[in-house]
Amino acid sequence: MGSIVSLIAVIVLILIAYTGVKAANLHFLFGVVIPYAAVTVFLTGFIYRILKWASVPVPFRIPTTCGQQKSLPWIKQNKIENPSSPFWVVVRMALEVLVFRSLFRNLKTQLTDGSRLVYGEAKWLWLAGLAFHWSLLIVLIRHSRFIFDPVPSFLHILEQFDGFLQIGVPVLFVTGVVLLVSVTYLLIRRFFIPIVRYISLPADYFPLFLIIAIAITGIEMRYFTKTHIVGVKELVMGLLTFNPKTPEGIGWIFYVHIFLVSALFIYFPFSKLMHMGGVFMSPTRNMVNNSRVKRHVNPWNYPVDVHTYEDYENDFREKMKSAGIPVEKE
Amino acid sequence: MAKFTAKPNELSKIDYTPPKTHWLETPVEIREHMFCHAAKPKDLETVGFPYGREWRPNDEDWKLPENWKTIIFEGMRSLLKKYRSFQVFMDICVRCGACADKCHFFLGSGDPKNMPVLRAELLRSVYRGNFTLAGKILKKLAGARKLTANVLKEWWYYFYQCTECRRCSVFCPYGIDQAEITMMGRELTNMLGLQIGWIAGPVANCYMKGNHLGLEPHTITSSMEFFLDDIETITGIKIEPTFNRKGAEILFVTPSGDLFANPGTYTAMGYLMLFHELGLDYTWSTYASEGGNFGFFTTNDMAKRLNSKIYAEAKRLGVKWILGGECGHMWRVVHQYMDTWNGPADFLEEPVSPITGTRFDNARATKMVHIAEFTADLIKNSKLKFDLSRNDHLNVTFHDSCNTSRGMGLLEEPRYVLKSVCNNFYEMPEDTIREKTFCCGSGAGLNASENMELRMRGGFPRANAAKYVHEKYGVNMCAAVCAIDRVALSTSFEYWVPGVAVCGLHELVGNALVMTGEKERTQDLRLEPLPGKEVAE
Amino acid sequence: MRLSDILSKNKSALLDMWFEVMLKAYPADTAVFMRDQKKQFANPVGYTMSSELEKILSGLIANAEINSFTPHLENIIKIRAVQGLTPSQALSFVFLLKDIIRGQIKGDMSVNEHELKEIESRIDSLALTAFDLFMNCREKIYELKANEARNMTFRLLQKAKLVCEVED
Repeated sequence: MGSIVSLIAVIVLILIAYTGVKAANLHFLFGVVIPYAAVTVFLTGFIYRILKWASVPVPFRIPTTCGQQKSLPWIKQNKIENPSSPFWVVVRMALEVLVFRSLFRNLKTQLTDGSRLVYGEAKWLWLAGLAFHWSLLIVLIRHSRFIFDPVPSFLHILEQFDGFLQIGVPVLFVTGVVLLVSVTYLLIRRFFIPIVRYISLPADYFPLFLIIAIAITGIEMRYFTKTHIVGVKELVMGLLTFNPKTPEGIGWIFYVHIFLVSALFIYFPFSKLMHMGGVFMSPTRNMVNNSRVKRHVNPWNYPVDVHTYEDYENDFREKMKSAGIPVEKE
Repeated sequence: MAKFTAKPNELSKIDYTPPKTHWLETPVEIREHMFCHAAKPKDLETVGFPYGREWRPNDEDWKLPENWKTIIFEGMRSLLKKYRSFQVFMDICVRCGACADKCHFFLGSGDPKNMPVLRAELLRSVYRGNFTLAGKILKKLAGARKLTANVLKEWWYYFYQCTECRRCSVFCPYGIDQAEITMMGRELTNMLGLQIGWIAGPVANCYMKGNHLGLEPHTITSSMEFFLDDIETITGIKIEPTFNRKGAEILFVTPSGDLFANPGTYTAMGYLMLFHELGLDYTWSTYASEGGNFGFFTTNDMAKRLNSKIYAEAKRLGVKWILGGECGHMWRVVHQYMDTWNGPADFLEEPVSPITGTRFDNARATKMVHIAEFTADLIKNSKLKFDLSRNDHLNVTFHDSCNTSRGMGLLEEPRYVLKSVCNNFYEMPEDTIREKTFCCGSGAGLNASENMELRMRGGFPRANAAKYVHEKYGVNMCAAVCAIDRVALSTSFEYWVPGVAVCGLHELVGNALVMTGEKERTQDLRLEPLPGKEVAE
Repeated sequence: MRLSDILSKNKSALLDMWFEVMLKAYPADTAVFMRDQKKQFANPVGYTMSSELEKILSGLIANAEINSFTPHLENIIKIRAVQGLTPSQALSFVFLLKDIIRGQIKGDMSVNEHELKEIESRIDSLALTAFDLFMNCREKIYELKANEARNMTFRLLQKAKLVCEVED
């Protein structure tokens, strides 16, 4: 149900861009106005959300410790899983962000099982998640060839690696394929793994469909219609230099592509996609486990009513005396 | 649900599969044996909690205050501004499902709303509907829903089916911690007086009398006599502990359960014997006679109010530092909260073991040392003599308590102590120990009797692992550094794995400890004959 | 062919069907998890049920003494007894094995009616045992409550002279 709504939403977006460009000739709207608006919404929204999170205090030091603490010098501490200094927190976070260490934990127990491979899904989630995020990043970096003139050398190197298979003309980029395959897997698991299907909302399907559509239109332009690259670069450079123009000869599919990307950018700050920023702000992961070493201050700490020792002794003085327990006032 | 309803269908046509609806549309069914009784009004009034009243969870009408929705929304708004954890965890879950099968309650019940992600979504759905733009516009499409009495009941039902064990948080790629969300959920229900009796009673007792059981000072001292007598019977040594003694070097704080509950008392006997043998200059306190903190299962303020007694008493007595006994949530509180709430403890000194001279650098601000750290250091420095054969009748395994493993990282210290005091130690399977340990199923104030079925379900994953080592290695004793574990695991194992008993770490220390001037021991701390010392019939 | 041979040959199919019956107590979406996650410690309920059913079925087919496989039945009943099921819901799975077996041999003329009756009567005995076990579990739960209450305040009861050890 949620998936159908999301799929329809993405199809509607495609149709809007298609009719807008093809029938109504709104090249400027779709090529210039909407991309500008999308980037503006994305940047302000993203920054707003981060600032909003950052403005909320972290009253307590609550890391989830996943290994041995630092205590006696002869007991080996697990510095990564139970960091006692900021440096190791950085390492912990880096492993979390770069290789999804916590998701990997599922896999670890998997491997120690030894016998047959019984629960493959946890592994695939980790692998697909990792493949998806990394290929998305590389694809994004590759796109920066549209905004640099001349194209910097690191991009050439990256492209060479990415195209190592040397298939086809233009050469096939592996990341494009990996992106499409992994994102499709992430979608399919939401259909076929019952407990994941049970927890999935339209908000989980929509970005997946959107990214699939973006990837397909992108691949289509590179390998099949072979879009008018010079024109596209001209358009993008125009946007960047605030001298927007919509060169002739760019096919409608490009406008669909850039419209979907704009939709993703606009959707981003309002959605769970903000986990991109949020992962860095999670107190259970980004804190040092040194609460007994260094006092953590709660900015909103306020005094509370307590039942003092004096109150207590007043309640029980006679009983305490008869039990031989020392008292303050005889 | 009626108790037993026979269905006159043909057997093969009976289908028990519940109707398939989306969770947002599946109303909660408050089932007998799964929840705890409501709090007594007087217990809530004692500590100034609002809306104390007579109500029953399975009643249709919960007698909510007129403006309850406003109270909840204001409460949520305030909590979102106070806790970054809450705000971030409401926003960033991608529902990947990595946590779904990590919860002992889900594994034991198969109830989808026991999946950590869904338990959090119960609250998130209302958050989205009222605090986010997308939720306000897209409503159900954004997974948002309205706050209704039924939703509130669902919160209550499931937030009191979470033991705040944090196992889900270990597997979450963003570290989203259901314990944190449950704590917020319980803050909210508490604003409407929807507390459970099993928590509210101990809280009121602890506030007024210093401990969960509500024991008055003279009862504490006289009850201890019983096991001091037992120690004398076993060792021939008469121990005379002191209470509320000013000028002692160390204040010792442990959960009150250790003083009265079996098998916790055997652990307390172990403490007493150890301290006596060391000649430690320490004192117990009747005012701060509770290490545990059931306030932690109600509101942040309440937890802080109860916890304040420990530092206050340390200051009054003029001790140098504090030693803490074996307890799970007590140590989460001491390790992650106490200094922040009630510190700085600048009236204390950095803890130094008077026996070994070891400086406990890892506790230099909070100035409270875990007894497993303290004892491990003694053993490492060869300050104790043990006769391991006295534990030879036991094949021991170790249950990591949720709070000390995932809220502190105390993993190797107790293992080192265990291996030093007994010959037969076996680990449970890797997926079920250390940071991946399974909860006893009764933590976070859920160890009542009326919800025994819930506890047995939640306890099954842990008991199942114990059963494995019981069958494979003949394990007959499970050590745990938590007072709730000692009671709850005893019960859970009695049902699931008869033949495995539960003890504290220091019971085994006490068994093996060779004391100066002791007579030849023939009994262990439970007054059972030692191996080879059975009296011939 | 003898009935026991037919059943041994089809054991895994019978077992799958029998396990499905057990899973009907769970919501469809989680039942699949109970079935597909085969690891002992990652899915203790599903693992226990499937592995113990297998042992019971093997015992039945091999014509083993019923007492020899009641411990396996007990492991299942212990779980069923705390799942909020009525006794009839919790125990119907035993009776349904008869349906499953009949369904499996349907149309097979070679089956000896006498053998079939015999195994069905053994299943009936198993069902009776299951009732006893279920009642034991339910009683045990009440016993647990009482024992725990006693343990939790043991020293206080001792102090109040409400409990005392028998003097030798």
